Amino acid sequence: MGELKPTTTSILEPGQQSGFATTKFESLLAWAQKYSLFMNPFVTACCGMEFMAVSSPRYDFSRFGSEAPRFSPRQSDLLWVVGTIVQRQAPILKRIYEQMAEPKWVLAFGTCASSGGFYDNYACVAGLDKIIPCDVYVPGCPPRPEAVLDGLMLLQDKIQRGDRTPGIVKPRIDPVQEPNTALVQLRRSRSSAPPGIKL
Amino acid sequence: MEPLDQDLDESELELPTEPMLLNVGPAHPAMHGTVRIVMELSGEIIERCDVQVGYLHRGFEKMCERGTWTQVFPYVDRCNYVSPMLNNVGFALAGEKMLGITVPERCQWYRMILGELARMSDHLTCDGAMAMELGAFTPFLWMIKCREMLWEIMEEETGARLTHSFGRIGGMAAPPTDGFKEHVKAVVKHILSVLDEVERLLLGNRIFLDRLENVGIISAEDAISLGWTGPCLRAAGVPYDVRKAHPYLKYGEVDFDVPVGSTSDSFDRFMVRIAEMRQSARIIDQCVARMPDTGPVNVDDPRVILPPKEEVYNTIEGTIQHFKIVMEGLKLPAGEVYSYTEAGNGELGFYLVSDGSGTPHRVRIRPPCFLVTAGLERVITGQMMADVVPSFGSLNMIGGECDR
Amino acid sequence: MSQALIELVKKNFPAAVLETHSQLGDETIVLAPESWQEVCRFLKENPQSDMNMLTDLTAVDFPSREPRFEVVAHFYSLTRGHRLRLKARVGDRDGETVELGTLTDLWGSANWLERECFDMMGVKFIGHPDLRRILLYPEFEGHPLRKDYPAEKIQPLLQYRDEPNIEKVAPFGVDEGMSFGRQTHKVGIYTDEDGDSGARRKVISPADN
Repeated sequence: MGELKPTTTSILEPGQQSGFATTKFESLLAWAQKYSLFMNPFVTACCGMEFMAVSSPRYDFSRFGSEAPRFSPRQSDLLWVVGTIVQRQAPILKRIYEQMAEPKWVLAFGTCASSGGFYDNYACVAGLDKIIPCDVYVPGCPPRPEAVLDGLMLLQDKIQRGDRTPGIVKPRIDPVQEPNTALVQLRRSRSSAPPGIKL
Repeated sequence: MEPLDQDLDESELELPTEPMLLNVGPAHPAMHGTVRIVMELSGEIIERCDVQVGYLHRGFEKMCERGTWTQVFPYVDRCNYVSPMLNNVGFALAGEKMLGITVPERCQWYRMILGELARMSDHLTCDGAMAMELGAFTPFLWMIKCREMLWEIMEEETGARLTHSFGRIGGMAAPPTDGFKEHVKAVVKHILSVLDEVERLLLGNRIFLDRLENVGIISAEDAISLGWTGPCLRAAGVPYDVRKAHPYLKYGEVDFDVPVGSTSDSFDRFMVRIAEMRQSARIIDQCVARMPDTGPVNVDDPRVILPPKEEVYNTIEGTIQHFKIVMEGLKLPAGEVYSYTEAGNGELGFYLVSDGSGTPHRVRIRPPCFLVTAGLERVITGQMMADVVPSFGSLNMIGGECDR
Repeated sequence: MSQALIELVKKNFPAAVLETHSQLGDETIVLAPESWQEVCRFLKENPQSDMNMLTDLTAVDFPSREPRFEVVAHFYSLTRGHRLRLKARVGDRDGETVELGTLTDLWGSANWLERECFDMMGVKFIGHPDLRRILLYPEFEGHPLRKDYPAEKIQPLLQYRDEPNIEKVAPFGVDEGMSFGRQTHKVGIYTDEDGDSGARRKVISPADN
């Protein structure tokens, strides 16, 4: 097995020039791909609960085209690695990734999948990028569903532009760029009631 | 294939009759936990199987030995990650048993309410996932919607939807919010109505019943011998509930029933969880009525509780207290303790060994679903291949707790 | 938890009981390892104790003591509601000859609990039908919960990818990735160093978000 490298989707042979028709076609293809990602949820741990929440009616990610979970890697193009990858699970993850057909993307859901989380011990792999290449990292323990949706949108943008560099989902209020915001806001105001319930 | 041009006697053609090895691998479509079941099939019947766990072994017990006692709470949360408050409360009670302190009354009611909300969230997830694995997608969505509402309460109170790390030895990290009681009452009422809808939808469905009834039966003696506790044991007919048998917090003062099954099949395990959710709602109603609105939540003991920030910055005693608790860890006296509570899957035990310093010597989590998963072999042997998924789902194996 | 249990065991096995205590209400008996199986069988079959559930079996490592390991078992009786903790001290300073009799023929829970104890601490249970690792993979060497096993020592099954900067997640500056919402096309202009997308791309000009 050679080195695992992600490839771009390109209909051009090497040496060919890209013209109007090919770029338009590529962008149409990318549009189709990004709005029809068949996901393969490789769910291991607690992030799986947030995964269930993101797939549920409140934060639905099927609005983004990512409707159908395909538990077989042969039929999917986006691998959601949800939860901690332990050393025992690593060969299985690699095998699942290898079984997927090109073009394929990987989304690391949660801090454990992105970088190992707070499990720096004998049992866990410090991030799935030590085993397979990854396209989007969604940090959080577990990440809020909005962050996961941001990650999905980031991935869709990357697919549209044919960009294979990995990206991390940043928080909505980035503390680096907006240092004056009151970051620590422990309790929301009680003006938001659960939907359909009168308090 | 025999070549067609050879003369063959009919009786020489034999069909192979070895059992087939099938691997339901660690990456499988069932919604519960990552486990590997290697089975020997004869046709559709499972002759033997080997359940292999450990695909989520994250080394909790080793990690706990590297920090302080309070730093165990995030690890413990991620054990049974569908009902993290129950784990938090369990560990806090273990630490308090070792110290010999009791938290104030308000904290006890608060812990009970949050614990029962977490139990409801656990059972909603289990039953919803079970229904989904059998093809009933809608109840899953309804139950997850209910779980979202529960998580909103948790987020208001603790700051996090799922992994709260809210318990502390000696109390909780923060007192209840102002709108807590109304919020809880409204959500619990709604969840009960959704449970009615789910029952109406599922319990009349012939396919659902046929797939669960008389599937995955285990005898009560086997269950007891295997160390099963919790809903799985109660579905086998044994009415053992730690909250009733050895009451802790204020469980001795509230009225609730313990649902017990009769046939010990997957359907009983499903129904026991639905019934338990209703009982949890009953407990929550009583706790909400009886929880005092004012009063301290943390025990008033400088050895364990962090002082308020004003004192830390303005008085020397506060600074020293804060320093000692944070840097050295709160010190539990040397010795050992085994403390047990009723978690989502059964008797969650904590066996703590302390050497008197702030770092744990040994934190042993007695995982209820590790032993329940040990019984999976006995449950599915002799069943058909298609019965594995509902049986496994009804046992509610949570990977984080089973493998730690 | 009752003192009567301790009295019962002391009466029937006076030679086996090395120590007892009732710290914090948990009755505990330290047994001689040779009589482990006998006492446990007695506790299960005797109608006064009737311990029908082996709740937990684990081990604790005290590297400064001799014998080093302490195997701890918790028993519970569903009919009588009492609990007991039994301990047996085994093993020498180096962690060799850590052996104890198995309880698998008495309780079904002992099967997996003893496998886990073997996996994590290296306690060998004599007579166990299938003593292999349960939480870790068979290629793992050593017993991680022992105090002399360093917590960070990994034994990977796969070779890690040969990528530069693999020790940390890719170095993103303030301007890379998305700041909010949909990523616009005003991001850093990237260039390919080698023409294929495996290597890290180099940013020519930063984005003006």
